[in-house]
Amino acid sequence: MATTRKTTMTRTPLLSVQHLTMRFGGLLAIDNLSFDAYKGDITALIGPNGAGKTTVFNCITGFYKPTEGRIGFAHETDAYDKIDALTASANRSDIHGSALYLLERMPDFEISRDAKVARTFQNIRLFGGMTVLENLMVAQHAPLMTASSFTFGGLFGLKKYQDGHSHAMELAKFWLNKVGLTERADDPAADLPYGDQRRLEIARAMCTEPKLLCLDEPAAGLNGKESAELNELLLFIGKEHGTSVLLIEHDMNVVMGISDHIAVLDYGKKIADASPEEIRNDPKVIAAYLGVDEDEVEEAVKTPVKKKAAKSKGAKK
Amino acid sequence: MGSVTDVNQYDDSLLIKSLKEAVIAGFITFLMAAILIGVKSEIAIGGIELKYRWGALFAAAGIAAAGRFVLSYLFWGRDTKVGDYLDKGLNGLSGATSGMGKIIPIALLALAILLPFLLMQAVPAQARYYLDIATVVLIYVMLGWGLNIVVGLAGLLDLGYVAFYAVGAYSYALLATTFGLSFWICLPLAGILAGFWGVILGFPVLRLRGDYLAIVTLAFGEIIRVVLLNWYEVTGGPDGISRIPRPSFFGLADFKRGDSGFAALFDIPYSPMHRIIFLYFLILALALLTNWITNRLRRLPLGRAWEALREDEIACRSLGINTTNTKLSAFAIGAMFGGIAGSFFATRQGFISPESFTFIESAIILAIVVLGGLGSQIGVVVAAIVLIGGTEIFRNLEEYRMLVFGLGMVLVMIWKPRGLVSTRIPSVFLKERKAVSADLVAQGEGH
Repeated sequence: MATTRKTTMTRTPLLSVQHLTMRFGGLLAIDNLSFDAYKGDITALIGPNGAGKTTVFNCITGFYKPTEGRIGFAHETDAYDKIDALTASANRSDIHGSALYLLERMPDFEISRDAKVARTFQNIRLFGGMTVLENLMVAQHAPLMTASSFTFGGLFGLKKYQDGHSHAMELAKFWLNKVGLTERADDPAADLPYGDQRRLEIARAMCTEPKLLCLDEPAAGLNGKESAELNELLLFIGKEHGTSVLLIEHDMNVVMGISDHIAVLDYGKKIADASPEEIRNDPKVIAAYLGVDEDEVEEAVKTPVKKKAAKSKGAKK
Repeated sequence: MGSVTDVNQYDDSLLIKSLKEAVIAGFITFLMAAILIGVKSEIAIGGIELKYRWGALFAAAGIAAAGRFVLSYLFWGRDTKVGDYLDKGLNGLSGATSGMGKIIPIALLALAILLPFLLMQAVPAQARYYLDIATVVLIYVMLGWGLNIVVGLAGLLDLGYVAFYAVGAYSYALLATTFGLSFWICLPLAGILAGFWGVILGFPVLRLRGDYLAIVTLAFGEIIRVVLLNWYEVTGGPDGISRIPRPSFFGLADFKRGDSGFAALFDIPYSPMHRIIFLYFLILALALLTNWITNRLRRLPLGRAWEALREDEIACRSLGINTTNTKLSAFAIGAMFGGIAGSFFATRQGFISPESFTFIESAIILAIVVLGGLGSQIGVVVAAIVLIGGTEIFRNLEEYRMLVFGLGMVLVMIWKPRGLVSTRIPSVFLKERKAVSADLVAQGEGH
């Protein structure tokens, strides 16, 4: 599906971040950022430490309310026609017509439950005292809640809940198998080694059956073999399973190996947005990453922030 | 320390060492106690005379020597710790993996059901006294199970749980005395009203964490008590509410002498014990209902969300769980059981006043939950028996029983810092149900 659409030039995005600005007091963490993530793509968001990548994630998943900007999310490709009408209204989403959501207006849990955007965390956040399987069952809270008729049906063991439960178990088993943790299903999550915890967190996010999976540095702390396995898992999720992926990552083997499309952030601004090959050779990106001398940067990168800094230094002299 | 291979030699040297230490300890105690215990001044004619208490002196020295010997020989010289023995006994209680874990709850339940009849046979004269203690223990078991939902499962430290107990008690007392409603109608109503107050308390504390949560819930408990104390027109203030109707036998008969009585209904001779036994079975049934619902809820998405909330609230929100509703439901359901226990308390006592709902009650209920092990149902039973039953049995020790009580708590916290039964049983499993060690389980807010 993704490949057919790739050939057509005008692709409508799944996620569309427009003019996103996030201020913490006097600190401008994100400055007028716009980028799109397309259906079926693996989109990477990279940048040096402190560039504002995780802040972007927190805005998309509702953990922060952005100062300015619009984050549109559409399950169907033609839904963006209605985004201006939806923005003008006071509503958060247009679920009856076209499954279009304005994420900046929604509370965090609704973004996961209704808009179907799942995420993982930079510092793994598993339910450590619960077993691996329980972690995956908690992720299916919303459908199970409906199946249990908001607990009342489940309390008396109605058939509807039993069906819902066995369906949830099937989904959990599927992802356990995918991340290779079936053997450890009944062990507490906190007992798993680090790499397994990373993969469990991805499996848990996938159990919410998301349309977009946001991964915050999934390869951090993994060894070479583990990050190769991660690549495989992410390719499966993005290409075979059909869940689009938005990825923050420092590990360039992962980023360059699997991304369709990379956006580069530096000091809260987007400095590049292109395919992996173009990003690899982009002088601005190289400068931002390697931290070359200020004069060279000024030549390479004509950004106002840097210019100002250089100018003020010059004035002092 | 020592190797396991030459056990005998190891034991011999340890025995001699321990005996030596015991003798030294006994001798030192003898010296020290000689003045403190061995002599006593008594008023005699024409002044004071010294009395020698050889018996007490040797007893003190003997106790010190024996204690030192037991500690040296059995614990200090070996790799095993005192806590290990405690563990062995208690792990059986929790582990669904071991046979003991299945037998002990069933044995306790059988004992609970047979208790009135056993007592009537064994000690007919004191059966009423013991049955009253058992009923009070069961009230606290039910309160502990109710609070366990809030503190143990959802991980929200609630220091004002007694407020819901009070709401339930006053709901029944007021509904019954003012409108003449029967106990069986008031019981669910009291539960609903208390649950409603649980939600009312829940709203302001939703955003609070840690110490702040504990303080606000504590304040809420006090607010309810102060309102009950001062709203004289409705609650009777410090006079309380008296002549609260006793429960009927499911509306069929009362427990009085006469034609309408329970004894007449079943054509058996009248005995005042019938009501006591009925009340005992009533609270047993209510407590078991609480336990059944809690165990059921743990296996449902709501209960799993509570536990997930205790583990990590942010992760919960990222998985589409409405943490507001989840917290409120925990407060409401926990409060509901507190309210039902409260209305049972009111009907059993026949008289209630704000004095029964002071902070110390909240503290005792919380102590039961914490000592039993957060989240453990069977732990609550053991802790309630020890704390409530224990303080009753040691009543002869008078004020010293609080000392014993405190010492016991300190010892448990040293050996079993996560409570007596400190393992968590998973709510769902793929191949086998393995207990989760408490070290891995988060404690939630305010601990």
